[in-house]
Amino acid sequence: MDTSFAPEDLAFRDEVRAFFAEAYDAELQARLNKLDTFKDAVIDWQKRLYQQGWIAPGWPKEHGGTGWNATQKFIYETERTAAGIRDVIPFGLNMVGPVIYEFGNQEQKERFLPRILQSEDWWCQGYSEPGAGSDLASLKTKAVREGDEYVVTGAKIWTSYAQYADWIFCLVRTNSDGKKQEGISFLLIDMKSPGIKVNPIVSIDNHYSLNEVEFNDVRVPVANLIGEQDKGWTYAKALLAHERTAIAGVADSKRNLAQTREFAGREVNGGKSLLSDPLFQKRLSDIEIELMALEYTELRVLASVASGGAPGAESSLLKIKGTEVQQAVQELKMEVAAYYQGVLLNDLAPEKLGHDFGSQARQSYMYGRAATIYGGSNEVQKNVIAKAVLGL
Amino acid sequence: MNFEFSEEQGMLRDSVARYIQDSYDFDTRRKIAASEEAMSRANWQTFAELGWLSVPFAEEHGGFGGSPVDTMVVMEEFGKGLVLEPYLATVLLFGGLLQRGGTVEQQAELIPRIIEGGCLGAFAYLERQSRYELADIKTTASAQGDGFVLNGEKVVVFNGASADQLIVSARTRGEQADQDGITLLLVPADAAGIERRSYRLMDGQLVANIVFKDVQVPAANVLGEQHAGLALITDVVTAANIALAAEALGIMGQLNAKTLEYTKTRKQFGVAIGSFQALQHRMVDTFMAYEQTKSLLYRAVCELDGGGDDVAACVHALKVMVERSGRKILGEAIQLHGGMGITDELDIGHYVKRLLMINTTFGNGDYHQAQFNQLRYSA
Repeated sequence: MDTSFAPEDLAFRDEVRAFFAEAYDAELQARLNKLDTFKDAVIDWQKRLYQQGWIAPGWPKEHGGTGWNATQKFIYETERTAAGIRDVIPFGLNMVGPVIYEFGNQEQKERFLPRILQSEDWWCQGYSEPGAGSDLASLKTKAVREGDEYVVTGAKIWTSYAQYADWIFCLVRTNSDGKKQEGISFLLIDMKSPGIKVNPIVSIDNHYSLNEVEFNDVRVPVANLIGEQDKGWTYAKALLAHERTAIAGVADSKRNLAQTREFAGREVNGGKSLLSDPLFQKRLSDIEIELMALEYTELRVLASVASGGAPGAESSLLKIKGTEVQQAVQELKMEVAAYYQGVLLNDLAPEKLGHDFGSQARQSYMYGRAATIYGGSNEVQKNVIAKAVLGL
Repeated sequence: MNFEFSEEQGMLRDSVARYIQDSYDFDTRRKIAASEEAMSRANWQTFAELGWLSVPFAEEHGGFGGSPVDTMVVMEEFGKGLVLEPYLATVLLFGGLLQRGGTVEQQAELIPRIIEGGCLGAFAYLERQSRYELADIKTTASAQGDGFVLNGEKVVVFNGASADQLIVSARTRGEQADQDGITLLLVPADAAGIERRSYRLMDGQLVANIVFKDVQVPAANVLGEQHAGLALITDVVTAANIALAAEALGIMGQLNAKTLEYTKTRKQFGVAIGSFQALQHRMVDTFMAYEQTKSLLYRAVCELDGGGDDVAACVHALKVMVERSGRKILGEAIQLHGGMGITDELDIGHYVKRLLMINTTFGNGDYHQAQFNQLRYSA
């Protein structure tokens, strides 16, 4: 047993740290935090990562990835989150990109991959439907072949950033006979196609990132089909494995917990620091202890992947525990803000309001509720473990 | 970075696991628990022959020179078999204090005897009032001539009834709960003025209350520095807590495995009860609790082994996790076994009782969480 990093890993860590400190500057951060500059700022940041050669840590080298080993990827992720740097928008880089290089044809690879790496196209994901959530395979959006085109009709929901997207990758039903998983196809659809309508959904945190996307007789060239017709479920499942890397969010939770502790040290209750209150300390350490364990659970999975194991149902464990811890920290941080957790808008400057983190804490808490629902709800993850690990 | 055992550690684990499987089944264990000493001296000799009693001791005394990881490996397997022989009391506590604080003469005399199985030891630290505070000591050792006179009472002394030698924590100056003024004394268990009363605990082990009345102890029998025994105790107890957590992990693994197996075979309403989602999700919860405990155990043992500066916090966290996970796992194990879960006949209840004794040994979860909070959150 040995939990130390090799010298070359430590050198790599220093390199990553130095780059982030220099490149993720205050001006960029300010633009990322404002709604009207958000999209352009994200693209600028991702282009900077592309120039650095670090835009796609998870991709193989031949397709423009970094070629990093599991330890390097872990270090990169840890440093990124520790520095408070937002992840890349995942839909192109972590989701459809890997599907295209694994299952797409040569023409599709040449057409889409460079534009994904360079953040020229903004992608969104068309999986869930109003009637298909955790039971994704029951999806009904229909694609009917007519000559060289599919005609797509139906609706997708919970589509993040559809309002910015140039492209959407969709699971569509091309066959209703047989098992429901067997008649699904994987289609790439241009968001500018006639017949697409994007309806905004305002979420519980009062923000707008989610949408419903309607498809009314949208015509999609057959050239945009990934792999074989009716085989899309296989490709979608492969994608889920990519989606679950670093899913535990340990570094994020550590940073959030440290902040919660710091804020609690500044709050005064009955003349004493909130941090000195034994009941508060218990809530804090309940979470910290679980997180200390989770950090090593993640390292253990990582070490097993690095030595050739496949991350199977362990990623379900990381997802469940990781999201439980995330939500627990978000909840506690919001509690630290007391009345100020209710402050809706930041149009009063913090110095006038007398408080600076209440709204942000509430928004994280509110939107954070989604973490145990998306990516396969935690109940579905438990079903996965019951079957794959426990053999039930 | 890796979490693999070395080849030697793998062999050690296999050797203990094979022994438990071949020679320490539940019925055998039950007979040992019912015997006069609640342990088998023949087994103890076997442990010596297999080299297990030498694991944590330095090579200069004939030891294996093992690390905390080696001890963890042994204790996890002992947990699976609910081993009753006094490894914690003799090797880890008594032996640990000698190894860390003994004089050259004390070590040379006693460690080789422990390793060959010829000396059983006990650490007498607990008193009626002290609960989890190791420094809460009323037993006094007053200087007299060239030595000390020991007076007081120790309770729930693990292996206290069978031990040949005792290490006793006594107050040589200061007030009852002072950290300073604690001295460790090596005392033969048959010394004049010692009275032992033995009794059994729920986990099958035989313990003793020991009264010391004007017991004469020569100055050469002081272990470590006079008045400064607490630091030595704390070091040994910290390592012992990791070892106990490893034993607990072995128990939790058994409880989970046996419960899972049972739900696959037990039929109700015409199907195996393991097919019910309500039970599946609870077994997933206990699986995750086990994995999280294992992670913290590895974290603590690596921290101790690597000489890190966060050992104390890691061990407090580990004890909290052992209690939290343990209670979840033992509760589900009983519940999912239904009526059989509350019988003495089934091994489940015996695992449960040992786990509960581990929780209370050297501080329960609440005690350690308070210590953790003190370390982490006090300015």
